[in-house]
Amino acid sequence: MQQIINFIIRNKNFLLFVLLFGIALIFTIQSHSYHKSKFVNSANFLSGGVYNSVNNVSSYFNLKTQNELLAAENKRLNELLFNTKIDTNAIVLDSTSGLNYKYTTANVIRNSYNLSDNFLLINKGINDSIHQDFGVISSLGLVGIIDNVSNNYATVISILNSKSSISVKLKKSGHIGSLTWNGNSPNIIQLTDVEKIAPVSEGDTIVTSGQSSIFPKNIPVGTVINLKLDATENFYEIDVKLFNDMTNLEHVYIIENTEKQEIEILLENTNE
Amino acid sequence: MNSIITAHSIRFVLLVLFQVILFNHINFLGYINPYIYIIFIIFFPIKNNRLLFIFLSFLIGLTVDMFSDSGGIHAAASVFIAYTRPVFLKFAFGTMYEHNNVKFNNNDFGAKLVYIALLTVLHHIILFSLEIFSISRILMVFQKTLFSGIFTILMITLVSIIFSRKH
Repeated sequence: MQQIINFIIRNKNFLLFVLLFGIALIFTIQSHSYHKSKFVNSANFLSGGVYNSVNNVSSYFNLKTQNELLAAENKRLNELLFNTKIDTNAIVLDSTSGLNYKYTTANVIRNSYNLSDNFLLINKGINDSIHQDFGVISSLGLVGIIDNVSNNYATVISILNSKSSISVKLKKSGHIGSLTWNGNSPNIIQLTDVEKIAPVSEGDTIVTSGQSSIFPKNIPVGTVINLKLDATENFYEIDVKLFNDMTNLEHVYIIENTEKQEIEILLENTNE
Repeated sequence: MNSIITAHSIRFVLLVLFQVILFNHINFLGYINPYIYIIFIIFFPIKNNRLLFIFLSFLIGLTVDMFSDSGGIHAAASVFIAYTRPVFLKFAFGTMYEHNNVKFNNNDFGAKLVYIALLTVLHHIILFSLEIFSISRILMVFQKTLFSGIFTILMITLVSIIFSRKH
């Protein structure tokens, strides 16, 4: 017993080092698996509060570009609204039926795009009924998926993250693939698992497939700029240029699929 | 004694704030950021309690991790350089370290630069290999270490010149 205590006292620096280094490594490994970074994340009142007050000042610097983006979106929506063939004056019997996707607006208070696993922080949380696995889009395209949520803040796994994998399709032919990121450029993202028989060519538009129960169908993603067959020669490896500028995000929309639970229960029962 | 604790607490908070608000968003040429918060570890008083020093280094790394959603990569790199710091002190300052009279303010510039550079490079290698976490992209680890390392060494040297007290 005496010797054990002596050993601990003699090597206390080394033991503390091993303990803390081990804890740090566990946190690191946890952060590399999907939805596991529970303990250390920026969705808490301290870091959320700091970023929120910084963002209150810094958001003024790009007000002009953000206003132009919002005005462009309003223009597009107005064109849709006033050119539609459906009679908008008809009495709507029940406005809530058929409302599968609920939208909430949020502001990005921290954005990162230079790491290999990027996260965003937004200023909506449990108090605004935001929960894990809700989709996040901007007016131009995909942004990411909600990861950790606190009372007033939420972290978003950006599509610029090695953990992110989102189901998308070719707009023209409907062939599906999954969207991943290789960590090189924040404008270009990779599309894999597209069958060799798919008629894909440069300039094709990529949209979300609606198969994941997170995002609705046909949210624009980007255009094909480069394609080649992978090593097995069965699937394409495609570079996609994003419509969205991930380096300049301010206003985003959070999408809640109100039927998600029903779909998930059904899938679980089917798999059993 | 109390004034030393206060000074170091203020230094801790200021370095974390500057790191997460300003230096994490420089993105020079797309991805190059200096990690200046390791000034806290590099210039921590030598005679102090080593247990406390290792623990505080872990804490500053973990705080930066919390703000940047990076798991535990900064904590791991910081605690590693904190533990191995005596080796580098001995290497850079030689006999002066063995006679216990290394003072960061009045050393010759060359030894100080070697000391800063070695600790920074070690910190960055651990940081980026944990961040990228894949052997197939080891070139990117070296690339990021090299460029961010140069930036960090430059910033730390500048800060240490500006804030050094001449007696």
